Amino acid sequence: MLLNPAILALILVSAVITLMLMLASGFAIQLLMLWDIKSGSELQLRLERRTYLISVLLTWAFVSELISLILFVYNAESMSGQFVGAMCATGVLNVNAWGWPTLFLKISIFFSGATWLTFNYLDNQGFDYPLVRIKYFLLLLITPLVATEFYVQTRYFLEMNPDVITSCCGSLFSADAEGVAAEVSSLSPKAAVGVLYGSGFMVMLSGTWYLLRKNSALLFSVSSAVGFIAALMSIISYISLYIYEHPHHHCPFCILKSGHDYAGYALYVPLFLATSFALAAGVISACRKIPSLSASVEIYAPKLAFTALALFTIFYAIATWLVLRSSLTMESVWW
Amino acid sequence: MLITLTDINKVFNQGKHNEFQAIRDISLQIEAGKVTCIKGASGSGKTTLLSIIGCLSRPTSGRVTLDKEVLSGLPERFLTDIRRHTFGFVFQKFNLIQGLSVLENIMLPAYPLSLNHKALKTSAQQLIVHFGLDRVMHNPVEWLSGGESQRVAICRALINKPQILIADEPTANLDTRLSQEFMELIDELRKTGKTILITSHDPVVFDSPVVDRIVEMRDGQILES
Amino acid sequence: MDFIRKQAYLIDFTLSSLLRRKGKNLGLLLVYTLIVFLLASVMLFTHALRKEASIILQQSPEIIVQRLVAGRHALIPADYLEKIGQLRGVVSKRGRLWGYFYNPSVKANYTVMAPEHLELTTTEVVIGAGVARALGVGVGDYFTLRSDDGNTYSFQIKELLDEDSELVSSDLVLISEKAYRVITGIPEGQFTDIILSVRNPREVRKVAEKLTEKLPDIRPILREEILRTYDSIFSWRQGIVFVLLFGALMAFVIFAWDKASGLSAEEKREIGILKAVGWESGDVLRMKFWEGMIISLSAFMLGYLAAYLHVFYSSAVLFEPVLKGWATLYPQFRLTPFIDGLQLATLFFFTIFPYVVATIIPIWRASVTDPDAIMR
Repeated sequence: MLLNPAILALILVSAVITLMLMLASGFAIQLLMLWDIKSGSELQLRLERRTYLISVLLTWAFVSELISLILFVYNAESMSGQFVGAMCATGVLNVNAWGWPTLFLKISIFFSGATWLTFNYLDNQGFDYPLVRIKYFLLLLITPLVATEFYVQTRYFLEMNPDVITSCCGSLFSADAEGVAAEVSSLSPKAAVGVLYGSGFMVMLSGTWYLLRKNSALLFSVSSAVGFIAALMSIISYISLYIYEHPHHHCPFCILKSGHDYAGYALYVPLFLATSFALAAGVISACRKIPSLSASVEIYAPKLAFTALALFTIFYAIATWLVLRSSLTMESVWW
Repeated sequence: MLITLTDINKVFNQGKHNEFQAIRDISLQIEAGKVTCIKGASGSGKTTLLSIIGCLSRPTSGRVTLDKEVLSGLPERFLTDIRRHTFGFVFQKFNLIQGLSVLENIMLPAYPLSLNHKALKTSAQQLIVHFGLDRVMHNPVEWLSGGESQRVAICRALINKPQILIADEPTANLDTRLSQEFMELIDELRKTGKTILITSHDPVVFDSPVVDRIVEMRDGQILES
Repeated sequence: MDFIRKQAYLIDFTLSSLLRRKGKNLGLLLVYTLIVFLLASVMLFTHALRKEASIILQQSPEIIVQRLVAGRHALIPADYLEKIGQLRGVVSKRGRLWGYFYNPSVKANYTVMAPEHLELTTTEVVIGAGVARALGVGVGDYFTLRSDDGNTYSFQIKELLDEDSELVSSDLVLISEKAYRVITGIPEGQFTDIILSVRNPREVRKVAEKLTEKLPDIRPILREEILRTYDSIFSWRQGIVFVLLFGALMAFVIFAWDKASGLSAEEKREIGILKAVGWESGDVLRMKFWEGMIISLSAFMLGYLAAYLHVFYSSAVLFEPVLKGWATLYPQFRLTPFIDGLQLATLFFFTIFPYVVATIIPIWRASVTDPDAIMR
């Protein structure tokens, strides 16, 4: 089981990324202790040059982490045939207790990475590297996250036992089974609609407010994060039902398959991107008081916020369209 | 553009056994629109001084100011940006990239500025024509003579329209006639308002009437101003 | 827009830079392509085989019922068909006769079977392409089987089995039920096993459960279990090859590191010039990154293409022994091309990712060269 190439690749990449981040953290600690922008000494010069290395290491690490997230899901999908009772990726993730945590950790790393890269980009716009300390401190927080993901993912794969009967999405995502996934799908479609469009309204409102008034970007970021979670919940309890045209099929992964016109991508890509841009907008906007950055903040924050709003709009539009075009009618049952 | 150096010190390999102080407490002002020649034997520190003035390296202590802006504290990235727009370098060994044509070598410094390609090419071609290189425009630089190479180096230094031109031992690889031609080019550039800084120990250069001021260096210090 | 234009300039310079150092870069490209080729071949081949197997297995019965005596497979009485009776979901059921025959003269194992859908007389036989090749016989020739009581029985070859099904039928020999019973001595009223057709895949398990309740000495083998096992084995075999190739991968990584670190004096000088004329460390870094990317992508495409041709047009000549198994009767076949995102992503992580990681530090070191040095 462990010898499947995709699994080998995932473990290898996770290990290498953890090492890269640990190396970067080592440099970061050194930087935090010795950094003195005013000094012209050779040491300072060396430290400045180090920052390029750390930037490159981390950019590459986070890009790879994103691809590994995608590979992880694909792999779970393709392995579903090897587990009794697993009809798709959901079943594979349920094989032991480490599957879902791995996925959540990967998603958190994606967003942490996006945030860090935003900080890094902004820091490079200021001639006195104003965000150096915050940036590298953040890095020291992200590294344990990555190391944990490596550990959890490896345990997941090591403890995979193909003979164990696992629940497939049918039994996991049915309303009376236990666990988070079951609770989420037990949101009634009416409640899910409320959650989805309610949070969506907050997101659009806070975003537009920010674009017009240029303040409260943090509110926008927070409501986007909430909107992200709300969107995932709605996909599971409501939107997926219409895509599958089946009132009890809640799985969030089967919509990525070709049989459903790859609808999953049309939903997840804009959603993930929009959330990252919104978080980035909040992060950047928080730095507007810093003199060397204020000009850059004024340029980039609105751009990011605008792009985030556009992507959120696309997401909500697609989600609505997928429901409306579906042949599933639950008149007088749900509505 | 007035360049001011205040109490500049440059130490190499600080803290190690081969620590070496190249420049000691130098204070200097380079006047705009004039041709200044820094004269000194090799090892006197003039190349180091040049690289500090031209923002190629940072002083260990002291301040470099350009007009009113303090440059010495800036990190490399911003220094490079200022350098690109302010200084043009002509090196002793010309330092053209072999394998590229004359035109490509000249356009090279402008690549990171992501200018419109057509506009950039036009500027380069204007310089090429002005300096009489149009016949060899597409030739690889290995085929050029010493004089032609130097003119390419000058064009390259001028592509980003800098205010200040810095030349390090520009005539070291040229014969007398070409050295005099070089000084004539310098004169032309000065007349267009550029500030020019030359290091040399060639009499053709420092004895030339084109030079407005001579600064002499020895052992990392200035002898006379 | 600016960003794109800048990258375009950098790529332009990078390309000319690569072409100026053809020798070194060609060597690297070759090795890189080889690595991609090896890994891609393994993945494409195994994946295609697995897909092929699952397609073919679709035609096999949902449940095979075997009788066990003291833990070993034994013949199953025909009256078990009645004992199974009417189970909800079972569309049809019948007994099967088949077994293995070893032919010492060609050291081959045949699978001999009495087929359901073919009408054969007692002297006719239909054989698989692998058998025909091994014996050098064709339609109209004679084929013999030796029975357990020492007699030899001769059959005339009526036809050869379809090439398209070679993967599973290569070693197949089909004779009539009567002939089979005579040769093996299996009496009427007994079968090798019983097969059941179940329409709804969700009910297969349930049916299997009920079977074991009704007939305690049988074991049901589910098609989905076979598929799962095949899947597992193919994955596992792939994995073994990858582990074996790990050594090659490590050598490649070290090679890449070495190439990236070993800048010639000319290259160092060039970078110094670039920095002296106004390129910033970040610009040089990006340019070197593009160098790596151009080589990586070229190697990836060339390697993948070569692997594709290798697997699907020459039937993976290099890998057959390891991945197909030990049989002497090799089927000849053309695999249907299958490519998917999972493969590409995995391949990416085993090739481009290690290359980039190996070259990050050398590239960085080269990019932060002091331009000062060039003035001296």
